[in-house]
Amino acid sequence: MSDSRFLSLEKLTLSYGKNVAVPEMDLDIGKGELVALLGPSGCGKTTTMRAIAGLMEPSSGAIVLDGVNITRVPANKRPVGLVFQSYALFPHLNVYENVAFGLKLMGVRGAELDTRVNDGLKTVGLSNFASRKPAELSGGQQQRVSLARSMVMEPKVLLLDEPLSNLDARLRLEMRTELQRVQKESGVTMIFVTHDQVEALAMADRIIVMLDGKIEQIGTPEEIYNNPVSDFVADFVGFENVFERVDDKIKTANGDIAINGTIDPATKGLAWRPSMVTLGEGPFEGTVRGTSFAGGTREYLLDTPLGQIKAECAASLPAHDFGAVLNFDLPVAKAAQLARTGNL
Amino acid sequence: MKNNLFSPIILFLVLAFLIGPFIIIIAASLSAGETLSFPPQGLSLRWVIKVFEVESFRASFGISMFLAIGGTLAALILGIPASYALSRYQVPGAETVRTIVSSPIIVPGIIVGLALLRYFVVPLNAGILLALFLAHTALILPYAVRVVSASLTNLRSDIEEAAVLLGCSRTGAFFRVVLPNIRGGILAAFILGFVTSFNQVPVSLFLSGPGVRTLPIDMLSYMEITYDPSVAALSALLAFMSLGIVFLAERFLGFSRYV
Repeated sequence: MSDSRFLSLEKLTLSYGKNVAVPEMDLDIGKGELVALLGPSGCGKTTTMRAIAGLMEPSSGAIVLDGVNITRVPANKRPVGLVFQSYALFPHLNVYENVAFGLKLMGVRGAELDTRVNDGLKTVGLSNFASRKPAELSGGQQQRVSLARSMVMEPKVLLLDEPLSNLDARLRLEMRTELQRVQKESGVTMIFVTHDQVEALAMADRIIVMLDGKIEQIGTPEEIYNNPVSDFVADFVGFENVFERVDDKIKTANGDIAINGTIDPATKGLAWRPSMVTLGEGPFEGTVRGTSFAGGTREYLLDTPLGQIKAECAASLPAHDFGAVLNFDLPVAKAAQLARTGNL
Repeated sequence: MKNNLFSPIILFLVLAFLIGPFIIIIAASLSAGETLSFPPQGLSLRWVIKVFEVESFRASFGISMFLAIGGTLAALILGIPASYALSRYQVPGAETVRTIVSSPIIVPGIIVGLALLRYFVVPLNAGILLALFLAHTALILPYAVRVVSASLTNLRSDIEEAAVLLGCSRTGAFFRVVLPNIRGGILAAFILGFVTSFNQVPVSLFLSGPGVRTLPIDMLSYMEITYDPSVAALSALLAFMSLGIVFLAERFLGFSRYV
């Protein structure tokens, strides 16, 4: 076992009855990594996470953690922690007892128990809340208790299910940094499941994009953001103008249209973010069908011979009215080159 | 401000309707006269004392207590796992089970009693006490399943998974995490079951035999012979007993939070 294969899923197949949710997944996660499992709902990310936790039995394949095959190890014997989306705190126990729950089952008693629980509460900044009941805490505080409860067990892998989705925008930002801090300080291998690409890009060391039970792309946030491999990933990370390639043309609703520049023959598709569309000059014409002001930029929805195009330019430039006809270009040089298409 | 005058009147009428009979019973039981009457003729505690002197009341009280406590416990032992299974797993035929479990409240008690007598006690030569115990358990079961199911529905099921991931076995998670959180529901079911069983007349009527009678049946037959205020005194004592139970439950377990 090397550090880069700390947790391995080997041809892992997960199914609900006859429905295969995840077919033969292979995945390696390194020690101390902060990984995001990103994808739309129903893509199998939560199922994968539950299988790692042991809450779901794989129909075939193996899960190897730190050199040990844990595929058949029951959930209560796995060195894996899980922070639930709903936090799943025990309502009848106070914060201290919630955090102490797992340690007590491990046989930790007396001064050691006290030290470890208090350290856990200190890590998440809740030392003053030890005697509160979960119902008396805010969502963010409950999240922290849930985090502390898992962390005091010193798991080899900590899983988080949509850790920020139940928090409001401001708390979300705070919790994001908090989670990163706890992960860096403890060095625990952390995998979080999310459907929010912004969250994944902001927090993770590495992102695994999933679709229909399969891994679409694995990469650093930069790689995913700048070089999506497929039309699905491109669309997911904000390339809103995605086209399939046919020879040196792009396939549109109105037939194949030639564009400027030479396209790499290996490329199956091209995608442009709204900001990559050249506005005001170029061979194509589009009619403004919608505009929205987004602070630093202004976004336009254009009706064009290529179909609808989303373009964006600096808000400091003069605004174009509804119905105005604008020239634009889709420069090949700026486009993301997609190795796969057909998922949109 | 018509409302301000109107609402106290309504409140008074409702309270009078609810508490009135209770006051009449208490007053009648404190009567010094020979027959059950209201307003009481003079004041004395002689009928209250008489209650404790009637041998058959003591015996039937014991039987009623045994049926109420034993029947409720038995119903809970059957009902808690049933409720758990119905609320947590996709049991095939769950709806049928639910319907069968609630049938004793739907079918009139007289029919339940008659059926038990005709097809259980007589052909199997089963003991009266056993038949009463089974009948009461069956009658309490619907309440146990209903009330416990309600509190299980309010309890998120992922806390069990959380407990398992922290090292509990599935069974351990039930006892450490589920049971403490449905304690209130179980207590509510217990009180409801106890009262249902204790006040049960129609089923018990058929199944009471020589020497084995529940308290309400005994009171009925006592009244057929003697019309003195001791029945009122006994009723008042039973009412105070119920009040006491509810008070203690509220005091120590916060009963009203769950009902």
